[in-house]
Amino acid sequence: MSNQGKMDCGRRRLVVATAAVGGVGAVAALVPFVSSLLPSERAKAAGAPVEVDISKLEPGQMMTVEWRGKPVWIINRTKEMLDTLPKLADQVADPKSDVASQQPDYAKNETRSIKPELLVVVGICTHLGCSPSSKFKAGAEEGMAADWVGGFLCPCHGSTFDFAGRVYKAKPAPTNLEVPPHVYLSDARILIGEDKKGA
Amino acid sequence: MKKILISLLFAPLMAFAAGANIHLDKWPGSVKDQAALQNGAKLFVNYCLNCHGASFLRYKNLLDLGLTEQQVKDNLMFTSDKIGDLMMVAARHDEQKKWFGATPPDLTIVARARGELGNAGAGADWLYTYLRTFYKDEKRPTGWNNVAFDAVGMPHVLWELQGTQVMNHETHKLELAVPGKMAPAEFDKAVSDLVGFMVWMAEPQQEYRRTLGWFVLAFLAVLFVVSYALKKEYWKDIH
Amino acid sequence: MAAGNFEKYKSDGSLGGNLLEWVDARFPATSMWKGHLSEYYAPKNFNFWYFFGSLALLVLVIQIVTGIFLVMHYKPDAALNAAGVPIAFASVEYIMRDVPGGWLIRYMHSTGASAFFIVVYLHMFRGLIYGSYRKPRELTWLFGVGIFLVLMGEAFFGYLLPWGQMSYWGAQVIVNLFGAIPVVGNDLSILIRGDFVVGDATLNRFFSFHVIAFPLVLLGLVAAHVLALHETGSNNPDGVEIKANKDENGIPRDGIPFHPYYTVKDIVGVVVFLMAFSAIMFWAPEGAGLFLETPNFYPADPLKTPPHIAPVWYFTPYYSILRAIVWNFFGLDAKFWGVVAMGASVVIFAFLPWLDRSPVKSIRYRGPITKVMITLFVICFFILGYLGTQSPSAMGELISQICTVFYFGFFLGMPWWSRMDKFKPVPERVTMK
Repeated sequence: MSNQGKMDCGRRRLVVATAAVGGVGAVAALVPFVSSLLPSERAKAAGAPVEVDISKLEPGQMMTVEWRGKPVWIINRTKEMLDTLPKLADQVADPKSDVASQQPDYAKNETRSIKPELLVVVGICTHLGCSPSSKFKAGAEEGMAADWVGGFLCPCHGSTFDFAGRVYKAKPAPTNLEVPPHVYLSDARILIGEDKKGA
Repeated sequence: MKKILISLLFAPLMAFAAGANIHLDKWPGSVKDQAALQNGAKLFVNYCLNCHGASFLRYKNLLDLGLTEQQVKDNLMFTSDKIGDLMMVAARHDEQKKWFGATPPDLTIVARARGELGNAGAGADWLYTYLRTFYKDEKRPTGWNNVAFDAVGMPHVLWELQGTQVMNHETHKLELAVPGKMAPAEFDKAVSDLVGFMVWMAEPQQEYRRTLGWFVLAFLAVLFVVSYALKKEYWKDIH
Repeated sequence: MAAGNFEKYKSDGSLGGNLLEWVDARFPATSMWKGHLSEYYAPKNFNFWYFFGSLALLVLVIQIVTGIFLVMHYKPDAALNAAGVPIAFASVEYIMRDVPGGWLIRYMHSTGASAFFIVVYLHMFRGLIYGSYRKPRELTWLFGVGIFLVLMGEAFFGYLLPWGQMSYWGAQVIVNLFGAIPVVGNDLSILIRGDFVVGDATLNRFFSFHVIAFPLVLLGLVAAHVLALHETGSNNPDGVEIKANKDENGIPRDGIPFHPYYTVKDIVGVVVFLMAFSAIMFWAPEGAGLFLETPNFYPADPLKTPPHIAPVWYFTPYYSILRAIVWNFFGLDAKFWGVVAMGASVVIFAFLPWLDRSPVKSIRYRGPITKVMITLFVICFFILGYLGTQSPSAMGELISQICTVFYFGFFLGMPWWSRMDKFKPVPERVTMK
């Protein structure tokens, strides 16, 4: 500390060289520690695509499967449910699903799905990560407002979503529910987590 | 005195190296031989994985042996369809206990567990000897006994390949009574490949670890040179 | 020389200077820096043996940092997983395989455990040959013995955690040693285990001790050890008190500031140490079966003892002493006396400052008796250590008994043999060899 004033040039160069090489070593030594914080092979394996059999999913019903530790909903929407969607265009925040990150391109349409009746969404509210509950019955029967047409309500902060997972205006959730990458292996089977078979 | 101390330090290690009860044949293989490891993986999946798990290994790890995902799925995955899955036995361990009286041990790190004090790599030699020294013994419930593992609980799973050996009680040597599908040299090679796979799976990153060691040591050598020069520079003041 | 009597930092008007002045007015930054580093005067004649104190501190840091990251993934659970393997054991292999970089962290920790003892043994040996424990440094030595004891506990608790066969049976045997204590022994063993055998309760409490209780005590003792040392100043290979000869500014003539001289020197020591450490970690992490014992690659099986169990190498000298005692005394059985002898063989180090009656400190100015005794002691220590790794045998038992007698004879006879020796005159000033 006090010697720095009178330190000669050669000595200073050696201090800098040692500090530089030592610094490189210290940074390299950080690599295993920082990388150990990343998802492990087990977490990655748990995040692998999930194959789902939907042959038993009746119209109007919803099933939940786990993908990457998150609930993924598959809803077989009835005609009545689908009919509510166009009417809500001025009540939801992003009717055309313009935010690109919230669904793959093939789900950027009015029903937010590949097949019109089958909706596949991650059941996690885009606000702070709670899982919304289903409020499929229209009207006040399930504790909603009288003009409720059916959809989802997040219990944490009151965000509401329609049958396409679109968030209503003036609610805390910033975007619509996320549609995960998925592909139909056959009429009865969906692969969630991957777009193309075997990719 | 320093010399005495240093020789004392190493004397125990040398003494450890001696003192095995049975003669072990040296495993002739190498974990760097990818073709052998692939063959070993096939043998392991076909002959061992039915009863023994490799429950710390993922099918995905097999990609490191130079196999493609499709090859692994088509040839090596019988009980699972996800490449990230652990290589578990299909049977439940508590049910196995009912059938066999004991749960067949998990084999993922058995090559390390069979090492010896003073020679941690001896596990490969033990496995190489063990898998080749089964012989017919009607006194055993399974009909088989083993030179390296007396009164072994496991029957000779590879007997179709090796044939049937019997113990000559005069020479105390094994003799091939009924030849198997493989010639003896061919069988030895197959077992060597299988052992190679087991050594590899006990620590799949072992070659990477050794290579990384060279880089770390090279780096430290550079750090040594500069830090030693720095020390010299400062200490020239001190008389 | 202790921290406290230094002038407060005066800013040169720059932003950094102002900040430092602000801090220094409220926190003893300058005085700690000067008192412990830049104006802590250490003898200028430190040799090879003086690297191991700072290296022990380095290993402590390695163990704490790697330990913190291991705890993020390790699970102290003796229950079996779906594959029939105990969860604790499987979680170690999970770290070795599935956690990115986990294998390196785990090997650092396992190699670090052995490195800790190597470094500490060499550090203690330095104290022994240069009389560093003698007046006025008795308390430094006592804190050091405390560190050694806590370190042994720390290592013992940590060794159970991988829940392998050696972990399990080693803990079983050591905990049962307490059963040798008359009257309360059996209840004490049960109290330690929290079960009638080593089990899940034992694993969990050992985990708690290993990651919280003992490291806290260890850090406190290390701080006390360093503070006590810096109060008296360091000893040196000549055993000369450098404070006895000060210049007009009150600075020892044979002292040099720890920083920068010993910091740059210790950096070289650290680099050489890291080379040896890395060579083991990357090329032989099992340490020939001494650092990672091969039976510990089998998961713990309460129904099957491995054919040969031995403690890890750093405990084997004391384990040999335990086994060497085969006689009953005073109506108490050999098991009890074995435990007493084992405990005494460790604790006896604490009495060194009062057992050594030599008029000089350093071996350099002591005669043949000291040199022979210390050499024989080291040989005995190695032989006991070696025998402790081996299966019991009649020959081994006899040799370990002879070594045990010498081991205690070395300490208990020290008040006499340390005085009988021939001594050379100690120089006024330290020598630079």
